[in-house]
Amino acid sequence: MSAAVKYLRSLLLLELLAGLALTLKHFFRPSITIQFPEEQTPMSNRFRGLHALRRYPNGEERCIACKLCEAVCPALAITIESEERDDGTRRTSRYDIDLSKCIYCGYCEEACPVDSIVMTREIQYHAEERSELLYDKAKLLAQGDALEEQIAADRALDAPYR
Amino acid sequence: MPMNTLIETVLGYWQWLPVAVQTVVVILAQIVAIIAPLMLSVAYYTYMERRVIGRMQARIGPNRVGYFGLLQPIADGVKLLMKEVLVPIKANPILFYLGPVLTIAPAMAAWAVVPFQPGWVVADINLGLLYVLAITSMGVYGVIIAGWASNSRYAFLGAMRSAAQIISYEIAMGFALISVLIAAGSINLTEIVMAQQGSAAHWFALPLLPIFVIYFISAVAETNRAPFDVAEGESEIVAGFHVEYSGMTFAVFFLAEYANMILICTLTSLMFLGGWLSPFEGIPVLEGLFSWVPGIIWLAGKIFVMAFMFLWFRATFPRYRYDQIMRLGWKVFIPITIVWLALVGAAVVAELPWWFD
Repeated sequence: MSAAVKYLRSLLLLELLAGLALTLKHFFRPSITIQFPEEQTPMSNRFRGLHALRRYPNGEERCIACKLCEAVCPALAITIESEERDDGTRRTSRYDIDLSKCIYCGYCEEACPVDSIVMTREIQYHAEERSELLYDKAKLLAQGDALEEQIAADRALDAPYR
Repeated sequence: MPMNTLIETVLGYWQWLPVAVQTVVVILAQIVAIIAPLMLSVAYYTYMERRVIGRMQARIGPNRVGYFGLLQPIADGVKLLMKEVLVPIKANPILFYLGPVLTIAPAMAAWAVVPFQPGWVVADINLGLLYVLAITSMGVYGVIIAGWASNSRYAFLGAMRSAAQIISYEIAMGFALISVLIAAGSINLTEIVMAQQGSAAHWFALPLLPIFVIYFISAVAETNRAPFDVAEGESEIVAGFHVEYSGMTFAVFFLAEYANMILICTLTSLMFLGGWLSPFEGIPVLEGLFSWVPGIIWLAGKIFVMAFMFLWFRATFPRYRYDQIMRLGWKVFIPITIVWLALVGAAVVAELPWWFD
C-alpha cells in the first residue's frame, strides 16, 4: 500500500469506527456485575475461609495435639500447648490461630492426620480490634460445631480426589 | 377571587417599577431560566457518563442512591459542598479562587446567544458565532491561572498542556466554523439554523461532513475530554491543573467541564444538525406525523446524541500522546480545514444545490 493511499485511508477513521462499534456492541450486552450482598458467586467446596476445629460424632474433639499444623504453618500463626488429660489421652490445652498472621494457605488442614483443623467456606467475619482476630480453641470449636454439616459435605465431595 | 386580586396587585407593583429595574429583573429571570436547567443537566450528565461507560465496560455503574442511582449526583454535590476548601500554603490565594470562577463564567456566558427555538434566545446578536468563539476561548485563562496559582508542579504541567492544546485546536475549530458561516451566509446563530431548513439531508453535517468530524474532534480536545485529556491525565500528572483543589472549588471546575461539553454539543447541533429543525421537514407523511413535536425537543434530542458521543469516545479510545495531539491539530486538521474552506467557498459561489442555492 503506497503512502498516499495509506494517508487517505487514515482520513476515513476506519480503525476508530471499528473501536466505536466494539464498545457499542458491549453497551447492549448484559453486564457481568455481581451485586455482592444480594448476589454471590458460586463457591468451591475447597474454598479456604475461616478455620474451625471439628469433633467426632460422639462429641469428642478430634485434635490430638500432634502439632503438625503448628510445624507446617508458614506464617507461624498457630500456637499449641498440650497436656495429658485425666483419661490418659493427649489433648490441647491451648489452640490459638492468629488470623492477622494467617495467609489462608490451607497447609494446616493438609497436615492434620485426624481432619481436625479445617478451613470452612465462612467468609463473612471481621474484627474491630486485633485481639478479636486471635481465635482460641473455644471459638474454633464453636465454628466447627456450627458448620459441621457443611464441613462434612465438602470433605465428602473432595474425598474421591484424595 | 383572591387569586386574580393577587395577580393584579403584583402586576400593579410591576408597572410601578422603573423601566431600568424591570429590564434587570427580566434579564435575571432569563439567566435563571437557562442556568437552572443547565446545572441540572450537568449533574445528570455526570450520572449518565458513569452509567453509559459502566455499560460499555460490562459494569452497572452507580445504582444504589435512590431508584437506579438517580440521586447519586445530588449525593456527590452534597459531599463536595461539605468538604473543606483547602488552599495550599504557598499558593496565591486570590488567583487560586479566581481560577475556578474564570473557568465557569465563560462556560455559562456563552449560553446567552444560543437559540433554543425561533425567538428563544437571551441576546440575539448579529455576531453570535464570533461571541461564542471569543467567550469559550476565555476558559483557558481559568485553567492557566488555576495551574499557576496552585504552585504545584503537576498543576503547572497540566495547565501548560491544557493551554497549548486548547489554543492549537481553537485554530482548527475556527476554520471549521468559518466554513459553516460561509455556507450559511451569516454569523447569527438563529440564521445559521434557518439556513439549514429542509429535511435532515439539508443539514450542514452532510455537505460539510469532514468539517463536521473535525469540528467535533476539535471540540473534544477543546473540552479536555478523553482521548485528549492529557491536561488531566490521571496516570501521568495526577489530575492536572485542578490537583490542588478540593471541595466546592473542585466542584466548580467539574461543573465547568461538563457545562462546556453540553455547550459544545449544543453548538454542534445548531451549526451542523439543524438545531431545533425537525429532521422530517418537507417529507410528505412523516412531517405531519411529527409536526406536534416542539423545536426545543428536537434540539434536546440532538444534544443528547452528541453528549452520548462524548461518553462513547471516552469509553473507547486510549489517551493520545502529547506530541500526537499537537501533530493531529497542526499537521492534519488545519490543512484539511483550509482545503475544505476553499471547496465550500467555490460551492457557495457556484450555488451548488441544494445546500448552497
